[in-house]
Amino acid sequence: MLAFTLRRAIQAIGVMIAVGIISFSMFRFAGDPVNQIVSIDTSAAERANIRASLGLDDPVLVQFTRYLVNAAQFKFGVSYQFRLPVADLLKERMPATLELATCATILAMIFGILMGVYCALRRDTLLAKLFQAVSLIGISLPTFLIGILLIYLFAVTLGWLPSFGRGDVVPIGWWTTGLLTLSGLKALILPSITLGLFQMTLIMRLVRAEMLEVLRTDYIRFARARGLTTRAIHFGHALKNTLVPVITVAGLQFGSVIAFAIITETVFQWPGMGLLFVQAVQNVDIPIMAAYLIMVSLIFVTINLVVDILYTVVDPRLRATVGHTT
Amino acid sequence: MSNAAVPHQTSSSVPDAGWLRRALASDVFYSFRRSRLTMVAAAVTLLLFLLAIAAPLLAVQNPFDPAQLQLMNSRIEPLWTAEGQSPFLLGTDEQGRDVFSAILYGLRISLTVGVLGVVFSGALGILLGLVAGYFGGAIDSLIMRIADVQLTFPAILIALLVNGVAKSVFGNRLDAMSTLAVLVFAIGLSFWVQYARTVRGSVMVEKNKDYVAAAQLIGLPAHVIMLRHVLPNTMGPILVIATINLALAIITEATLSFLGAGMPDTMPSLGTLIRIGNNYLFSGEWWIVAFPGIALAALILSINLLGDWLRDALNPKLR
Amino acid sequence: MTEPVLSVHNLSVEFVTRHSVLRAIDGISFDIAKGEVLGVVGESGAGKSVTGLAVIGLIDPPGRLSGGEIYLSGLRIDNLPPEEMRRIRGKRIGMIFQDPLTSLNPLYKIGDQLVETIRTHSTLSESAARKRAIDLLAEVGIPAPDKRIDAYPHEFSGGMRQRVVIALAICAEPELIIADEPTTALDVSVQAQIIALIKRLGRDHGTAVMLVTHDMGVIAETSDRVAVMYSGRVAEIGPVRDVVQNPLHPYAKGLMGAIPTLAGNTERLVQIPGSMPRLSAIPPGCSFNPRCAFAFDRCRVERPEPMMHGTQAVACHLYDTPAKVSAA
Repeated sequence: MLAFTLRRAIQAIGVMIAVGIISFSMFRFAGDPVNQIVSIDTSAAERANIRASLGLDDPVLVQFTRYLVNAAQFKFGVSYQFRLPVADLLKERMPATLELATCATILAMIFGILMGVYCALRRDTLLAKLFQAVSLIGISLPTFLIGILLIYLFAVTLGWLPSFGRGDVVPIGWWTTGLLTLSGLKALILPSITLGLFQMTLIMRLVRAEMLEVLRTDYIRFARARGLTTRAIHFGHALKNTLVPVITVAGLQFGSVIAFAIITETVFQWPGMGLLFVQAVQNVDIPIMAAYLIMVSLIFVTINLVVDILYTVVDPRLRATVGHTT
Repeated sequence: MSNAAVPHQTSSSVPDAGWLRRALASDVFYSFRRSRLTMVAAAVTLLLFLLAIAAPLLAVQNPFDPAQLQLMNSRIEPLWTAEGQSPFLLGTDEQGRDVFSAILYGLRISLTVGVLGVVFSGALGILLGLVAGYFGGAIDSLIMRIADVQLTFPAILIALLVNGVAKSVFGNRLDAMSTLAVLVFAIGLSFWVQYARTVRGSVMVEKNKDYVAAAQLIGLPAHVIMLRHVLPNTMGPILVIATINLALAIITEATLSFLGAGMPDTMPSLGTLIRIGNNYLFSGEWWIVAFPGIALAALILSINLLGDWLRDALNPKLR
Repeated sequence: MTEPVLSVHNLSVEFVTRHSVLRAIDGISFDIAKGEVLGVVGESGAGKSVTGLAVIGLIDPPGRLSGGEIYLSGLRIDNLPPEEMRRIRGKRIGMIFQDPLTSLNPLYKIGDQLVETIRTHSTLSESAARKRAIDLLAEVGIPAPDKRIDAYPHEFSGGMRQRVVIALAICAEPELIIADEPTTALDVSVQAQIIALIKRLGRDHGTAVMLVTHDMGVIAETSDRVAVMYSGRVAEIGPVRDVVQNPLHPYAKGLMGAIPTLAGNTERLVQIPGSMPRLSAIPPGCSFNPRCAFAFDRCRVERPEPMMHGTQAVACHLYDTPAKVSAA
């Protein structure tokens, strides 16, 4: 168990170093860090001075190490566009993204699981077929189209909900939350649905497929042969066995939700990290892009690690075996 | 009992019925015919491809050519509304661009990027998969590690990064054709993993079979064995991945263009058209965004339906 | 004669497929008396397992019962509403499946699975059910049952898991146990223990046992009577000693000839030429006729019905006498 955790942690660090290399290459080679500081009419000699003072003449390995050490302290340099430290920009935007992603994930889990179970158990009913059709549309339609559609319906036509921004936010320390004001909550609805819809369809399809698979297993047949009630079989045995992989996937997907928030945040002009990143790509603001990559990777890797460890806690079989397999 | 079994008997025991007869009697075709939805999806996909190919013949103007656009024709409503004007079937946008023509040409761009992206990612993935599976060892571990890591990141993030870096390296002002190439490259780099994994898997299985050993014994070089003998066995799954990835590639291109990191306004894809149209949603010009949106949704939905059907037909176990 | 625990009359089961309707079971009849072990033997696909599933009411679509009747101690059960049939399953009919590795839910402690089953069929309290579960585990020979009750299935060996499965099957003291290849997935050394256990439980509780297997050795050792199945029909049924020593049906003769004997006085083991027909291509007349050395014209057109011949009932035109078998 400890050896397993340790190995996973080492793998995670390996991934982060790989991401660091990519991020550093972007930072160092795709963008010129000198440009962060100087204007167009700076003389060549001055540029050379700055170059030297930034340590850009040092061996690449030294520069890389310095970059990693800085990144580990969340020092990502200065944004080309805003002339502000990237770390401050990200910190300011992070609460918006995390609140949106969390809301979307919760919505996706609740409705995804409910619909998935229904589709598995009542597979030939009209409603199940409707859910299936909706799920196909949810997977097929690009997120931004769904966002536009929702805006057109609920903001433009009906005027019920705001179409952009976070509403009023309340600061709690350095964190800002929109969960405590009415306008903040209203502003959260459409973006959460937009962002969560894809995850919801994914979870629904997964729950359905997984549950159908579980219902075919021998232990379910044996449970039926023992005369257990349908309810005990479906919502006890089958659901529990279904949810183990589903929760793993949903957990792993949280990282993707944060990354997918890029699109939703753009559609709804949601002031999060994703919007910052898109603006950075549009304006070729390399330090922000490099920093965003590192931040998102860090979230990804952490979630992966946590889910891996949790999985062994949930499934008794793995608790016994992870020590000496793989 | 035996009576009921007769149709099955005859259909499978007629010798030399020809490939067409065999294809028509096959399980794949049977499931195709049985699913009306799939047939509709196939028809829509085909129609959209044809529209894209025949765009210059059907369009009332070339929307990429600023000389053909007239500002006096701007913001005309669709033909069937009171304000509609011929020949602008689906209305016009801010710059007097005919929405229908723009969709036809935009469809071309979207399909071009999608198809080239799939071809590029497929070629890259198949090559890396073959190499990893056949040679094994350190090369295999390296490729599969990269694949594992990449798979945890959504394609759109990778595509955006590749796009941003390319812009930075080549300068911010890329012309439309170079942007298209960058998009294909970005999509290719985002979607190779699934092909590589699939191909690697089958290579590992096939590699140990007798006929490969026999081919090695008679001295066939490795690349011949892989291309002639191993690769054909993986074509079914690859076709399924490619179909589903075509939809994904089109979505990715549209998303990038929508985010302003894809095709420029001067040579718009469907995604670009939606981004432009989105600005007019609040002022009531819904048609500028609605029709490109519908076209994109129809295209992706049809291709996805085809992909789903193909997967089920080739692998009934998954149903 | 007392009423049999299980009485199956002319039972048929069909599977509806895309191309046709396949008849997996085609009009079979047999009885099992209280305390009796009926062995059901045949090749894979002969319909043995389907028979077991049909009796306990677990034939799922596309399969369906298409004819005949099933009686449990006189109560007709083949047409019961699902909820009533559910109450019978586990309480009055216990079932043991082939693979103990997959029969238990891996995420539940075995004690929880036992307690759940016991409480489904009784009004026992949680703690009383737990006590009963420990007793059951002891009865099926699990050492230190009071500790092992809180273990997960993966913590048991295959043989021990099959004992747990048996405990689950008998926890409501059913009148009938259907054991579907209960030893096939186990090591040879464990097989004998499990067989002995099933036999002992049947004797101690007067339970009727339907033992499905393809292993004639197991049948000979355990069963009181044996039914030989071929292509969804009963070819021959009778007391195990008579059928083994004096098989009548040519297929049964072949099957018995294929058992190696310790004495080693047979020159060579007999092999039946050919293989059992697929369900989609069962020949008209007697389904065994293409492989039968004694087949004559009538065998190719007319289907033989089971007829009493001494203690055995046999479905073969070679033994055609007017005395037809009755349900008794």
